Amino acid sequence: MTEHFPILILLVPLFGALIVVLLGRERPEQCWVTSLVSLGISSIISLFTIIVVFSDKVQTIRYRMGGWEPEANGYEVGIELRVDILAALVVFAVTFVGFVNTIYSKTRAEAEVQGKVPFFYALIQLLIVGLCGIVMTNDAFNLYVLIEITSLTSYALIAMGNRRAVLSSFNYVIMGTIGASFYLLGVGYLYIKTGTLNIDDIRMVLGNDNLWEHQSIVVAFIFIMLGVWTKMAFFPLHGWLPNAYAYAPSMTGTFMAPLMTKVMVYVMIRVMLWLFGYEFVYSGQHVWKELIIWMSVLAIVAGSLLALARTDIKKMLTYLIVAEVGYMVGGAWLGNVTGQAGAFYHILSDAAMTFCLFIAASIIVLRVGDSRVNAFDNLFRKMPLTMIGFTVGALSMIGLPPTCGFFSKWYLISGGIEAGQWEYVCALIFSSLVNAIIFFRIFERAYFGKIAGVKEDLSPSDSDANPDTGIKEVPWSMLVPLFIASGFVLLLGIMNRTLFEWIQTALEVMNT
Amino acid sequence: MDPIIANFIEENIVPKFNYWIYVILMMIGLYAMITKNNLIKKLIGMAIFQTAIILFYVSIGVKEDGGIPIISHHGPDHHQETEAHSEAGSENLKHNIIDKDKYANPLPHVLMLTAIVVGVSTLGLALAISQRIHKSFGTLEEDEILNKLRPGGHD
Repeated sequence: MTEHFPILILLVPLFGALIVVLLGRERPEQCWVTSLVSLGISSIISLFTIIVVFSDKVQTIRYRMGGWEPEANGYEVGIELRVDILAALVVFAVTFVGFVNTIYSKTRAEAEVQGKVPFFYALIQLLIVGLCGIVMTNDAFNLYVLIEITSLTSYALIAMGNRRAVLSSFNYVIMGTIGASFYLLGVGYLYIKTGTLNIDDIRMVLGNDNLWEHQSIVVAFIFIMLGVWTKMAFFPLHGWLPNAYAYAPSMTGTFMAPLMTKVMVYVMIRVMLWLFGYEFVYSGQHVWKELIIWMSVLAIVAGSLLALARTDIKKMLTYLIVAEVGYMVGGAWLGNVTGQAGAFYHILSDAAMTFCLFIAASIIVLRVGDSRVNAFDNLFRKMPLTMIGFTVGALSMIGLPPTCGFFSKWYLISGGIEAGQWEYVCALIFSSLVNAIIFFRIFERAYFGKIAGVKEDLSPSDSDANPDTGIKEVPWSMLVPLFIASGFVLLLGIMNRTLFEWIQTALEVMNT
Repeated sequence: MDPIIANFIEENIVPKFNYWIYVILMMIGLYAMITKNNLIKKLIGMAIFQTAIILFYVSIGVKEDGGIPIISHHGPDHHQETEAHSEAGSENLKHNIIDKDKYANPLPHVLMLTAIVVGVSTLGLALAISQRIHKSFGTLEEDEILNKLRPGGHD
């Protein structure tokens, strides 16, 4: 049974999506329950996958699609799914965020995408299938197809929003296609030289035939990196991200902001360590290592400053994502296990804290009716529960213990010091300070804002507000996801040592 | 012609002409995507860009004197072969040996079937999106759309 877990994680939401579309004609009200159940099953299976992979007997689950056995010379014939502890953790993050986000979308879906609710749930499940597939697949071309599946579904999901969202979805189509095409081109060059598409086999052929210094391989590496960077919105290529995530329907933004870029960072780490290997990527004869760390420094600084310049809370958070992508790219390129493991740990912690902040921001924008920070007077008084969740996420973004943001930054900084890349260390600390300014600006507004405004807020139009305290929270279906997300921010922070050791052990195997 | 240019063409362009064609096509597509003002023209550029990569993949599967990779066993040999499947294993093996130089490599071509499907669905989705843009803005020219957004939006 356990060997079928990888495919079950994919198949349950896939069929869930089909069922939701069929149900949508007759019983649109059941779509929510159906997708909740299918994503719940999927995340339970991925939780069990972590347990199975972590137990000492099975380090890696390999699943050959269609039962194609390898050839006599050891080369794979069919498409293979491969799940180790790192993939299992990311898959759990994807399916669990999907599950929690479905709870969040209970009331929002009907309000924001009227008449398209079944399609929304179908697309979000297909997006989860694509993301899990990207993480698990061990076939370079299959990875391209899955990247395109996630892209197509996310274009459609973003375009469900207002007219600004449609326009930004169009820009995303153009940029996303360029990115995916560059990745495909890189795979083509690898295929010319190695004659195989299985990631392990490509690595083996490259090693056996000693093709490392061949120009085609270098070109392939550069093309793949360019493609992956476009998809993850690495700084100069980030143009599509802020508008797309800020104007998308809120339950789409809360799902895609934490996951899309993070999964692409995982793909980058995987391509660097599994496909090309430590010696090739970090060897001294290529200039790119120093260059990319400087680029990530630029991404961190520019992302933070652009975020600081925004007054719209969602736009601000999207620029913070751009800065966070810089953290992870820089960490992965430091060239030591601490940096790589820090970048990987940051994938998980950033997913948790971005999810938390996006849900909180969506709730605030919904209740206040204005997305500008200046309108957030007295929010702590008006919606204390939401603001608790927001505070946890914000403190994690700034990097205060015991939230996970502190520990991931800690590991990244220690990696930077170990590698002697001081510019990266400085950029991280600078970004922390800027984040502190950004979020304390909001706290100040929300906590000490105009006291005189209280009476104003208790105007008769607030009929559902509690007349004594003025507290006006949102329904439980939006608060529960917020608390699950902020709980995970704290849990990941408390469990950081254990998690970090797992990641480190898994990465050390790859580096040797 | 100048001998240096002729030499350059002979050494760098003629043997690698498939790469040259795909690079030129790709650059045409990229140029259209970046500079064109009309959204549909951008999409045409995107289609050219994707097609260039398809051409690249198809061209790497081709071999000199290689035919279509379809193996036909329609002679009497084939029927004997299936009948004698269990007994004469060695003879069976001999029939199964395929001279790989006679056939084009089918794998890149098969991959491109998938890539074509992906390209078609991307284009279809992008056209649907541009239809929605036209509905809400009344135009498909990028500068006009941005002008319409300017007064209200705080971007």
